[in-house]
Amino acid sequence: MNDTVGIVIVSHSKDIAKGTADMVRQMVGAEVRVAFCGGNADGGLGTNVPSIIEAIDSAWSSKGVAVLVDLGGAETNSEMAVEMLQPDRKNLVVVCNAPIVEGAVMAATEAAGGSSLDQVRAVAEELSAG
Amino acid sequence: MSLQPETLKALVRAAAERVIASASELTALDQAIGDGDHGANMKRGFEAVLGKLDAIGAQPLDEALKTLGKTLVMTVGGAAGPLYGSFFMAAGDALSRSKRLPEDLAEVFGSGVNAVSARGRSQPGEKTMLDVLFPVLEVLKAEAGRPDLIERVRAAASEATARTVPMQATKGRASFLGARSIGHVDPGARSSCVLLHAVCNTLEARP
Repeated sequence: MNDTVGIVIVSHSKDIAKGTADMVRQMVGAEVRVAFCGGNADGGLGTNVPSIIEAIDSAWSSKGVAVLVDLGGAETNSEMAVEMLQPDRKNLVVVCNAPIVEGAVMAATEAAGGSSLDQVRAVAEELSAG
Repeated sequence: MSLQPETLKALVRAAAERVIASASELTALDQAIGDGDHGANMKRGFEAVLGKLDAIGAQPLDEALKTLGKTLVMTVGGAAGPLYGSFFMAAGDALSRSKRLPEDLAEVFGSGVNAVSARGRSQPGEKTMLDVLFPVLEVLKAEAGRPDLIERVRAAASEATARTVPMQATKGRASFLGARSIGHVDPGARSSCVLLHAVCNTLEARP
């Protein structure tokens, strides 16, 4: 199977989310599906569950999706979004405990090599371990 | 207690209207120790709830609670959406598992409180909405069946909200402030208090 783990970037700021996705695309290339979202329903700073679900759907891969988040609410909303996915998809999405920019680049680099979701998550989360 | 559709609608409408009316107060509290979006987020969510009022009122109570929770999850944003959403969805799930009101009220409410605790990975004492929800749960457990239960719940919610003032936040954005979070009412505790008071006041007016 040639599919690679998808990457979703969730920030309170759409600009940060987009900038992070741009960095991933430039540094890792186009073989990894990257989606991003940021901002609340009114266009202000924040995160919201429907946008996160949409981003997960658009980065979907049979190998799963790794989600990178910035601050607290982004994590809580991402976990909630995962729970609201179809039952067969829930277990194929992880929210990584990693810094958003470095985590996204490291996760995408690992994903590009064809690694599993667990491996992608582990590489991103090593950044928080030190 | 089989809740009449009109009573259910009155409860949801009162809760929504009180939260919407409190939006600027909640925002001011959140500006002091959070990111200042709690009022606007809650207002957006409960406006969406008002938009679904007829549909919610037409459902059995367990399904109505789940719809309410899901609506909040999808519209509030911020951490409050998943937290309040989880509360109502878990309470609805508990009712679906053949729990009955009013005799199982503490258990149903407790399911909601536990869901908030799990979703936020938080415990009482960390300056959050749990510091209101847990004391109210204790009242529901200890005082079930008393004729003045509504009054006791209302008082417990107010007192518990005031007790968040000297607490130092260790969860959420307020925890970044460390000791500077001391001296302010927690916005999530306050919004929980507003919701509980709205429910108490409505039940009292419609026995």
